[in-house]
Amino acid sequence: MKDIARAPDDALEVYGTKLASRLFVGTSMYDSPAILADAVRASACDVVTVSLRREAGGSRAGNSFWDLIKSMNVRVLPNTAGCKTVKEAVTTAQMAREVFDTPWIKLEVIGEDDTLQPDVFGLVEAARILSEDGFEVFPYTTEDLVVAEKLLGAGCKVLMPWGAPIGSGRGLNNVFGLKAMRAHFPDVPLVVDAGIGAPSHAAQALEMGYDAVLLNTAIAKAGDAVAMAHAFKLAVTAGREAYLATPMEPRDMAAPSTPVFGVAFR
Amino acid sequence: MNIRVNGIDCDVKASDLEGLLAELDYADQTVATALNRNFVRKKDRAEAKLNDGDEVEILTPRQGG
Repeated sequence: MKDIARAPDDALEVYGTKLASRLFVGTSMYDSPAILADAVRASACDVVTVSLRREAGGSRAGNSFWDLIKSMNVRVLPNTAGCKTVKEAVTTAQMAREVFDTPWIKLEVIGEDDTLQPDVFGLVEAARILSEDGFEVFPYTTEDLVVAEKLLGAGCKVLMPWGAPIGSGRGLNNVFGLKAMRAHFPDVPLVVDAGIGAPSHAAQALEMGYDAVLLNTAIAKAGDAVAMAHAFKLAVTAGREAYLATPMEPRDMAAPSTPVFGVAFR
Repeated sequence: MNIRVNGIDCDVKASDLEGLLAELDYADQTVATALNRNFVRKKDRAEAKLNDGDEVEILTPRQGG
């Protein structure tokens, strides 16, 4: 049990698995394996994302990485990053399931290189194929409600809309759209995946009722990745606790907080 | 036999996927394989025969976001 303050029954449940932390952390771009390991520990995350890539025979770098991840006592969420077709994504998912021994797959079908925006048509098709094959699919999608409905119809039990383009660090580009998605799917676990640049962005997502955030670059490329990982842990906790406490509604006009009754000189 | 492994043209002796992994020094590593873009399970590699012009992917765990 991690040391994050929370209501005892406030675990996040995805595909029947309860997670203490609402922060999913990517494992890429750290300055060293040691910094990655320290950052994962500092984040108190329960889930890290991983991938499959080509490697020369005899290199064994991939196996060293996998040994490190296995030593961290976290769940892995393999991705299909870089896949641009349904076939590529499905084959990569099948390969990942065997290597990482998990039915979980972070499904990415990339449709466009400048924004790394998901190809939502391919995404829905791949999600259906994989769900029917026993995968538990975490689709990287947009905040489009129609696509979201089709992903749920394809068998997804969690949705992961982007906050902003992958690696951009711009935060929540479409707060209105993300709020609409949260309101439209009150019972579906929703994870903001991609675009988070600062802990305040993560806190904002959690305050809006999002169930979790998934991020990589914001921690890995910080000046001090380990300290930033801890900052994200605190931000996610703060955001979740704020959501549970029901934030006040904003007003257009000022409203005095000090009592008006009894004010002097009136 | 000339095949393409991880995007590189190779002249190999192996006649099946399991033999190819040994020939290319992957035998003791955790890898996933695909032949002509179709996933081949670990237990099926010995039966996965190779032919001239085949495309093989041999993937290992890697950092991911």
